[in-house]
Amino acid sequence: MGKAVAIIGTGQTKHGRRNDVSYPELVREAVKAALEDAGLTPKDIEGVVSGTMPSMMEGISDTHLYFADAICEVGKPVLKVETCGSTGQSIAHCGFYWVASGAADIVLVVGSEKMFEGDGQATMSTVADPWFLKPFSAGAPGVFTMQAMEWMHRFNIPEDKAREAAALISLTNHDNALNNPFAHIKITMTIEDAKNAFIITYPVRLLDVCPTSDGACAVIFASEEKAKKICKKPAWIKGVGFRGEEYFLGESNKSIWPSATEAAKHAYEQAGIKNPLKELDVAEVYNPFTYQEMIFYECFGFCPRGEGPDYVLKGTFTMKGELPCDPSGGVLCTNPIGASGLIRLAEAALQVTGKAGARQIDGAKLALSHAMGGIDQFNGVTIVGADL
Amino acid sequence: MADEKPKEKPREMRAEVTVPYEMAVGSNWHRFFEGLKEEKILGTKCRKCNRIFVPPRSFCPRCFDDNEEWVEVGQEGRIETWCYSNLMFPGQTLKPPFVPVQVVLDGTDMGFQHRIAGFDLSDFEKVRALVKFGGRVRAVWNKEKKGTIFDIDYFELVT
Repeated sequence: MGKAVAIIGTGQTKHGRRNDVSYPELVREAVKAALEDAGLTPKDIEGVVSGTMPSMMEGISDTHLYFADAICEVGKPVLKVETCGSTGQSIAHCGFYWVASGAADIVLVVGSEKMFEGDGQATMSTVADPWFLKPFSAGAPGVFTMQAMEWMHRFNIPEDKAREAAALISLTNHDNALNNPFAHIKITMTIEDAKNAFIITYPVRLLDVCPTSDGACAVIFASEEKAKKICKKPAWIKGVGFRGEEYFLGESNKSIWPSATEAAKHAYEQAGIKNPLKELDVAEVYNPFTYQEMIFYECFGFCPRGEGPDYVLKGTFTMKGELPCDPSGGVLCTNPIGASGLIRLAEAALQVTGKAGARQIDGAKLALSHAMGGIDQFNGVTIVGADL
Repeated sequence: MADEKPKEKPREMRAEVTVPYEMAVGSNWHRFFEGLKEEKILGTKCRKCNRIFVPPRSFCPRCFDDNEEWVEVGQEGRIETWCYSNLMFPGQTLKPPFVPVQVVLDGTDMGFQHRIAGFDLSDFEKVRALVKFGGRVRAVWNKEKKGTIFDIDYFELVT
């Protein structure tokens, strides 16, 4: 893994419809908050990594030029990384590797999106080629729903049971978001609301699907020496894993999702985690779709294959459960895509440093964060811990 | 003056980006689309892992070897997975509702993305009663051929 690396500061914007600020102003909000959290100034930053969804989201392609000043990149080395939904984890890994290599001591990582300015699904449909996948993909919901249908079928999961579990996941995340001052969607809802909501791509309904959000997140990575000097309570990076898959959806088995499974396994090996359900205290799973969240639980070893709904229905992943998932309300309630994967990591870091406020899991010492991107193509996992 | 905040909410200004593209499909996919004009579905085969790819791949993504062998595959297959789309957004080709599907065509080893149609799709409960995992489907050809994926109009249920 290289040298030890810690997170010494995180910052998030208030997420939602942010037409009160321009895109660079939005990004600066997160950067300023992260610098304040770490007690640093822009001068202390040695390198910057930024990333968004593929650039058509905001109609400006060279986003890291547009908000160069907001991410303090003037006079500094800059990297930009894009992997769709998994951008947040990709840029985090980039920052981690930069510091772990010993080439820099303090690196700023910034993810952002301003989705209300364009059209999310229209942009996301350009992720696919125009000849084979795009015409039939029905945007992100179509892709994820076909995956969920395949998963239910292969593991003989009764549709009613999966529906019930997905509704509980929706309720849990929406309840959790009420405790998160940064969250976008803050509503009180019931299981029945989730089950009767408008159909997007059957069986996925409106409350099974994430919103589009404006928002940004910044995370500051530091070497062991600097972290110990600057930060009273750093969050240490314990493991990172990232995997890609073939381009065409039909070429791999998405019901057991090799990239998600292998990315987690790689991170667990580094972190020395053998039984994630027992050893992890909290997880921030990238969950834009309730049904897909259950596939992640299985890929990450939180439960056996095909038993995701059973574990959900017995409350394993609620705030009081054995492994609380997405105390922040997750992507389901807040989704500025280029920031979403980094928000998962920032939230995990807040948890293991005891700074998560009303959404804090008591005594959390080891946390998983995750993001997924591409056409079900990429998965990234980062494990953080309270101890080096 | 500098301390005074504007009383109005800052405005949004319209911007638009429209860019036409002429994208190269390459000889591999060109041959596939030419095949569709003749109502043939063509795939390529990897000589190392023996998998047959539709859409054809000029190389095997796992073995990274050139795929030089072409095969005509079946026009029928089984439903690997499907969904029911009720979603519309700018740039979407098909009007909802429509039924995206992954079909494993006979003689191939992976899902081929297309759509199921040929009956009333307006009520998803009725669609659900008809479309089954593992169910058989068959390509229905468009009379007018343009050398695109829509030369196959849709896949119909084989009953």
